[in-house]
Amino acid sequence: MSARAEPVGCAARARAPVLTRVVGRARAALRGLCWYVEGVLGADAYARYLEHHRASGCTSAPMSERQFWRDKFDRQDREPQGRCC
Amino acid sequence: MGQSGTAITLRGGAGPSGALPPTAVDELPGGADERRWTPARIAVWTGIALLGGFSWVMLALVRGETVNAMWFVFAAVCTYLIAHRFYARLIELKITQPDDTRATPAEYKANGRDYMPTDRRVLYGHHFAAIAGAGPLVGPVLAAQMGYLPSTLWIIVGVVLAGAVQDYLVLFFSMRRGGRSLGQMARDELGAVGGTAALLATLTIMLIIVAILALVVVNALGESPWGVFSVGMTIPIALFMGVYLRHLRPGRVVEVSVLGFALLMLAIIAGGWVANTPWGASLFDLERTTIAWGIIVYGFVAAVLPVWLLLAPRDYLSTFMKVGTIFMLAIAIVLVRPDISVPAFSEFVGRSDAPVVAGPLFPFLFVTIACGALSGFHALISSGTTPKLIEKERQARFIGYGGMLMESFVAIMALVAAISLDRGIYFAMNVSAAATGGTVEGAVAFVNSLGLTGVNLTPEMLQQTAADVGEASIVSRTGGAPTLAVGLAHIMQGLIGGRTMMSFWYHFAIMFEALFILTAVDAGTRVARFMLQDALGNFWPRFHDTSWTTGAWVCTALMVGGWGSILILGVTDPLGGINTFFPLFGIANQLLAAIALAVCLAIAAKKGVRGYLWIVALPLTFASVVTITASLHKIFSSVPAIGYWAQHAAFREALEAGLTSFGTAGSREAMEAVVRNTFVQGTLSILFMVLTIIVIATAIGATRRALANRGGVDTEDPRVPSRIFAPAGFFATRAEKRLEAEWAAVR
Repeated sequence: MSARAEPVGCAARARAPVLTRVVGRARAALRGLCWYVEGVLGADAYARYLEHHRASGCTSAPMSERQFWRDKFDRQDREPQGRCC
Repeated sequence: MGQSGTAITLRGGAGPSGALPPTAVDELPGGADERRWTPARIAVWTGIALLGGFSWVMLALVRGETVNAMWFVFAAVCTYLIAHRFYARLIELKITQPDDTRATPAEYKANGRDYMPTDRRVLYGHHFAAIAGAGPLVGPVLAAQMGYLPSTLWIIVGVVLAGAVQDYLVLFFSMRRGGRSLGQMARDELGAVGGTAALLATLTIMLIIVAILALVVVNALGESPWGVFSVGMTIPIALFMGVYLRHLRPGRVVEVSVLGFALLMLAIIAGGWVANTPWGASLFDLERTTIAWGIIVYGFVAAVLPVWLLLAPRDYLSTFMKVGTIFMLAIAIVLVRPDISVPAFSEFVGRSDAPVVAGPLFPFLFVTIACGALSGFHALISSGTTPKLIEKERQARFIGYGGMLMESFVAIMALVAAISLDRGIYFAMNVSAAATGGTVEGAVAFVNSLGLTGVNLTPEMLQQTAADVGEASIVSRTGGAPTLAVGLAHIMQGLIGGRTMMSFWYHFAIMFEALFILTAVDAGTRVARFMLQDALGNFWPRFHDTSWTTGAWVCTALMVGGWGSILILGVTDPLGGINTFFPLFGIANQLLAAIALAVCLAIAAKKGVRGYLWIVALPLTFASVVTITASLHKIFSSVPAIGYWAQHAAFREALEAGLTSFGTAGSREAMEAVVRNTFVQGTLSILFMVLTIIVIATAIGATRRALANRGGVDTEDPRVPSRIFAPAGFFATRAEKRLEAEWAAVR
């Protein structure tokens, strides 16, 4: 039994890192895609605002997420940007 | 928060600048060496050059029965790669001279909102989504009447030497000026006269562009209940998304975009069901004038509604669809590889009576295809959002020049989609109802009378195609969008779904074109309204207050009235509407390009550029010659089909002679409409030309003064040292990776 079980275990051990690597790669690719889509659509605006706020050392509390988006769209109302033909 | 400077000092977190790693690769020991030519690098570029050259030979010189679409893809991509690597680099070395040790506005004005250093790859997608719309999809379709080669050459050579140069230079110069707009730069560089002319030209050009884009949508939706239903549904879908983002889950942009996309697909499928019911067919089968009025009312309402409710969510949807569909089409063309039987040069080359857009190849090909080769409208985007987000000066080449190359590729794909159709079907769809009578028999008779080799159109072909795409008729569906949609459906069904899916793909294409255009219509109206308020504010200061509701409504109404009246003229035009108006769109767009390039010429000369000024002067000269020649044709040509005033005079004389029908106009009302339309078209042609000549003349004056004085007043923002680092191109080089690692260690 053990003689037959051993190669199975070995194979499993050898395969496991490959599988983990593939899954890891796929996950990283998916994360990359999500990051890209979020970036292009501008979905990460609030996270980036918070980062900026933290880095600027500003002592007042940052805007809440809801406030931030309201403020963002209000600004767009005041300064419209063209979309091309 | 939001004060410029604070973010930079703390960003690296390493105190005085001496403790930070270098901010440019050239400052890294051995960094510049990595640009040296190695045998492997030489081999790769030789390979690209050979493949590109071979593809051009296959397109331009080999005359077989058919040509494979793959050669278009290879010729385009290889040329783009070489242009980006060598020509754009030459522009960097001789004109822009980017300096990565210098902070960009995104860094020194960082405020966490509109000024923000943004990852270059994300910004590339963002910039591309902002510049590319329906323009590069429509122009190449209309120009396909000349055969494939003139359009292919102009799209690819034009983008390399003109379009991408303009986009890159405007982006770079605006970035060096804190993200200043084209209008502001024109005022700064050309003085009051040139600046005012540029502003006026921009405003009127925007109105004509919005009007003609809207006309494309009207033509695509006229007598198509399916299209009207599914495009109409985008409004409630966008409203739902807006409320969702505002009140239910703020900030969940991707989530709501996916949701919106799913609803959009449902709307396309449901459109098929609705159009097949008697009530759906009667409710949504609308006259073109009704649709035009619908768009005018919509344009006004959308432009006064708050951004969050309609514009922003539709913009998310439009970006999502744009990037997704273009990827999909590129993959489909590569996988399906359609064979193309359209000749390189059609029978209409060398004549001036082509049936889709009248006029000789020069200059009319170059105004029919504007977007994709050279689009002045981009100057407004390149001097707006993007320069405020760019991280490093050297990235401007990849984003500005490279972004425009991508739009050119979209135009090539649109051309491939159009020429993969049977030529008989192509002409039946694109010739105005004035010639075909709008009937299958009329179209067959007209197209077969053109004497085109290899074309033998039958009524069955037209009826079968119409049935395949789920429309009652495809005859005289002018404006380019329906042809592109049939072409796309034709290619996509080869990949997914076969013939039964053709109607879905057709309406999918109509939907995304309408989506881009409606976004452009409402964003354009808003921008135009603000420009008008700004201008009126000089006489009546209260207009400067953009939150003053009455002022906003009055200016919006004026702008909507401006483009709306041109739209109605186009829809009711007895001569075929879009085919006579489209040249104005291209002329307007390229006159704007001439204005932008003229401003760039003056800036470059003031910067001290001398010998290499030709890089800017070349596209400027070409754009000026093309558009001014085209305008002169439109103003002075004695051939009524080409000259607006000749047409005007002919119809007026016919009216005075008491005729009750003349040419394609069957009644006195129709004849009066032609007289009115040609008057508006002719007047606009004169106005555009005069304004542009003023701008170019003032720019040449400024350039000559700068050359005589060996430079001019520097209008750049003061230099601020950079304290961040990021790679220049899409992929980081080895040196850039080393530097990134050093920066990661101190952060």
